[in-house]
Amino acid sequence: MSGTFLGMPAFPRNAEKALADSQLRFNLRKATHTIRGRRASVVEELPDWQGLRAAGKAIKDDTLRNLERHLLQAERMVTEAGGHVHWAADAEEANRIVADLVRATGQTEVVKVKSMATQEIGLNEALAAEGVTAYETDLAELIVQLGDDWPSHILVPAIHRNRSEIREIFLDHMGEWGRPAPANLTDEPKTLAEAARLHLRERFLSTKVGVSGANFLIAETGTLVVLESEGNGRMCLTLPETLISVVGIEKILPTWRDLEVFLQLLPRSSTGERMNPYTSMWTGAAEGQEFHLVLLDNGRTDVLADEVGRQALRCIRCSACLNVCPVYERVGGHAYGSVYPGPIGAILTPQLRGMGSELDASLPYASSLCGACYDVCPVAIDIPEVLVHLRAKAPHRPAERLGLKAASWVLDRPARLRRVQRLASRFRGLVPKRSLPGPGAAWTQTRDVPSVPEESFRDWWDRTEGGAR
Amino acid sequence: MSSRDVILARVRAAVAGSAPVGEAARAYRAPDGGAADLELFAERVRDYRAVVHVVPDDEVPAAVAAALAARGARRVVVPAGLPEEWLAALPGLERLVDDPPLAASALDAADGVLSACAAGVAETGTIVLDAGPGQGRRALTLLPDYHLCVVRAAQVVASVPDAVARLDPVRPLTWISGPSATSDIELNRVEGVHGPRTLEVIVAEPGTRTS
Repeated sequence: MSGTFLGMPAFPRNAEKALADSQLRFNLRKATHTIRGRRASVVEELPDWQGLRAAGKAIKDDTLRNLERHLLQAERMVTEAGGHVHWAADAEEANRIVADLVRATGQTEVVKVKSMATQEIGLNEALAAEGVTAYETDLAELIVQLGDDWPSHILVPAIHRNRSEIREIFLDHMGEWGRPAPANLTDEPKTLAEAARLHLRERFLSTKVGVSGANFLIAETGTLVVLESEGNGRMCLTLPETLISVVGIEKILPTWRDLEVFLQLLPRSSTGERMNPYTSMWTGAAEGQEFHLVLLDNGRTDVLADEVGRQALRCIRCSACLNVCPVYERVGGHAYGSVYPGPIGAILTPQLRGMGSELDASLPYASSLCGACYDVCPVAIDIPEVLVHLRAKAPHRPAERLGLKAASWVLDRPARLRRVQRLASRFRGLVPKRSLPGPGAAWTQTRDVPSVPEESFRDWWDRTEGGAR
Repeated sequence: MSSRDVILARVRAAVAGSAPVGEAARAYRAPDGGAADLELFAERVRDYRAVVHVVPDDEVPAAVAAALAARGARRVVVPAGLPEEWLAALPGLERLVDDPPLAASALDAADGVLSACAAGVAETGTIVLDAGPGQGRRALTLLPDYHLCVVRAAQVVASVPDAVARLDPVRPLTWISGPSATSDIELNRVEGVHGPRTLEVIVAEPGTRTS
């Protein structure tokens, strides 16, 4: 995935730093609570939500189980409709394909619709290295790009910024990228949106190449679907002469009819609306446009190979799990060190990137396992189940492995447990009161050492016949 | 081996041995094909802070004229195939016609666009355009800052499944739910970003006014 986050420390260290930022915690709390309430009210409105949710899960399971067939069909349909299909095994290859396509047009600028896939592969940085400037056009992406910042949320990458911070970013940096912000800019959301409109207007009208992702790719018809709010998506998808869409292979829906499920699940789960303002659907080369589809693997087939972890590929990037997560609400998205933060990021990132780095190995632990994410997930991804599964797969230190091995040996036989309990009671004076030494020190940093009783419960029961004596 | 072959081989290997997955159960409200609730449609479109008028068929020309006059729109994009009678009350209107294709800058400078649509969805307050008659290519309804759309009662369906069943995926489709908006500032919805900042909808009911 993107190089931006390389070398970040493990989640606990990042979390500690984020927790100390009271402005960040205030911004996140306000935003996540707003969206939670809105989602709940529009979900409640539908009497058949659980039926839709079950169908969404089942359709995506079909996508994944029969992925080869669906991919081939999608490729055929897009090609028949005048589009060109490219296959990218990893980020580097996808970036090279896009850069070559842009170079072939002779252009040095592209406009971008917000896309998780292109963030994941670090496309903007790769294009910059080739002398191509990628302009982000989604308001939140623009805030992140202008502020030279990192995204911290799937839907609203600048969720960690409040209105007055956004105003300052616009005033300080819009001029470096194009039309400057008006000098009398206020922090009214309406005025800020207006500033973005003016800043990007000319760019939309003149740029010849658009780059997007897609929310869905319909195998049956070859149709691509992009949901958005601002109209920047429509601009980038409609006006340029060349359109390049980078789409993860798991974004497939088998049939056109499947959209009836996902067009209900996604807007209500993500922005908490009955429907998002704009949804664009196109099949192949629409209205004379040159169209390229780049199908991206980049670790997805590794996730697919894990029968428990595979369900993470059902994700439709709605971000409802972020908005309800007590951990995300307090530490924000940056602590996860990935373009996929929050509960879904904690199971997706370690599977896409592997658990080779300290950060990635720590992500399955970035959760209290409360299960709120599973409850709101519109495709019923059992995130806690995958977290526990990944914890078992994560690398563990020798001392921890030894300790757990010893525990399993002791707990395996009642007689062993009894002997160890008696031994512990006899030497209980030697157990430190506050913090354990050596590898146990980290555990007792935030916990008390449990006191060893004088006598085990079972010995007490035997001695007193259950308290009768 | 091409990347295509590599990816397909990986996909095959990854799911080999997994239990087959049957057809998805669809335990939710199916398309019913029945008449939709026009009042609900109007109410849901209004919820997005769009302006909505429900008028009898024969009053559409007057409603169109009144809306354009109130907006002060004189140079208006008129897509090919728009019913001529809708413009009957506007003999002096300066029509911008997309033949030869209008430049983006000309669309940007227009006072507005008047269009028909392909479908309406009552439950979500959505209008769907499919580049058919009276709608034109997608840019026509995107660049002008004001979009006036006439929806016929028979085009309004009850739910999203009804709309999906009715639409043709081969055509470029645009689903519109209210004016352009964003939730990117503190997750609160604000209307008016890049798309038309004002959406006005005239719902044409069959018959004439009875009162």
